[in-house]
Amino acid sequence: MCLAIPGKIVSIEDAAGLRQARVQFGGIIREASLELVPEAQIGDYVLVHVGFAISRIDEDEAKQTLADLEQMARLTEEVGADEMPEHSVQNGPSRQ
Amino acid sequence: MRYIDEFRDPRLAKSLIADIVRHVTRPWVLMEICGGQTHTLVRYGFDELLPRYIELVHGPGCPVCVTPLDRVDKAIAIASRPDVIFVSYGDMLRVPGSKSDLFQVKAAGGDVRVVYSPCEAVKIAEANPDRQIVFFGVGFETTAPAHALTVLQAHRLGLLNFSLLASHVLVPPAIETLLQSPRNRVQGFIAPGHVCTIVGYKEYEQLAARHHVPIVVGGFEPTDLLEAIRELILQLETGRAEVVNQYARSVSRAGNLAAQQAIELVFERCDRRWRGIGFIPKSGMRIRAEFAQYDAERVFGIEESGAEEASECIAADVLMGLKKPMDCPAFGSVCVPESPLGAPMVSSEGACAAYYRYRRHETQASGEVH
Repeated sequence: MCLAIPGKIVSIEDAAGLRQARVQFGGIIREASLELVPEAQIGDYVLVHVGFAISRIDEDEAKQTLADLEQMARLTEEVGADEMPEHSVQNGPSRQ
Repeated sequence: MRYIDEFRDPRLAKSLIADIVRHVTRPWVLMEICGGQTHTLVRYGFDELLPRYIELVHGPGCPVCVTPLDRVDKAIAIASRPDVIFVSYGDMLRVPGSKSDLFQVKAAGGDVRVVYSPCEAVKIAEANPDRQIVFFGVGFETTAPAHALTVLQAHRLGLLNFSLLASHVLVPPAIETLLQSPRNRVQGFIAPGHVCTIVGYKEYEQLAARHHVPIVVGGFEPTDLLEAIRELILQLETGRAEVVNQYARSVSRAGNLAAQQAIELVFERCDRRWRGIGFIPKSGMRIRAEFAQYDAERVFGIEESGAEEASECIAADVLMGLKKPMDCPAFGSVCVPESPLGAPMVSSEGACAAYYRYRRHETQASGEVH
């Protein structure tokens, strides 16, 4: 029920006084209301729930999260390489 | 960036699991609140990839699952009227009432329609001025603003034939009830990211402080949930109980103010009964008196049936995180998605439905499913 899908705003129009957008989800385009995200603009990604955009996705925050995870992955791989004998590293750390 | 695939990277997920394994020293019981999170955890097998002593239990965050029987009975009574077009999200149609369900009403000739968005119900009302259109407004805080805006739109259009059967519930009072229960086993919570997108997480800070329990606002993709689990383990292992926002790309501390204003304008808090959990004070939302003409309960005045859930269904213990779906003797035998005993087997977000979809082979292998 609380499912919300990220999609990109491709156009915005005024529909009888309400801010309405066409939002692209992969290969599909659907209408979504922008009444709850007045700041959203064309090109922004929004999370859409039951036909309403509920948030404008913060690209900087998303990049920061991924950068933090990438750093952890590198550290894990380095630690894994130090801790594991050479033949195991070739098989990948998950087989340890 | 498409905000989906990036958060499903197996390499990042593996490193998060490795880091969790590195830090955990004791058994912990964690609960994800939202049914969408439950499905990601079970679908990707995180309950099996993580060390066995990190126990993931599944919370009451599926609004279909917690809608009580007498409310479904009320929906069925309204939908059965010949002057009504009853409009609902698809998940609610198979939820059993005490004697029937909405699918059976439809099969018997009732005009029951499934929509993706409540906006479609308003369009149906505009196109059918001689019929009463009732929308079954089930949902948590995530969905409430959409329903509020729908009522406001009906008001703006001057529609006299649209009403909402409001069945909204709120997450923090349910967590409070869980934490106050003497049977509670949960030591850390993953808070629902889309609920918090709407309301923020200030109320969760009070919960964390009051009960000394860590709460991480989590997203719905695999690395989101592993990151949330990692943060909970780090806090539990070091004795901390803080609220951390893992889902910062969507959630802010204050939440979505426009959505909160819409909710506040149309709804007010009320006491609600939850399927499986019981009565929780101030845990629901009903339509304010100013919008009484859009309140299906007032328009149709149908009494609560007072019906109780089937005794063989263990949904109560599943929704409280005390049992797993496969602990139920009816799971996969007399209770299946096509003919469910309880709502958690119906809803696409229900814990029983998740286990039926992704874990059935395990019970089949042991000969427990016929």
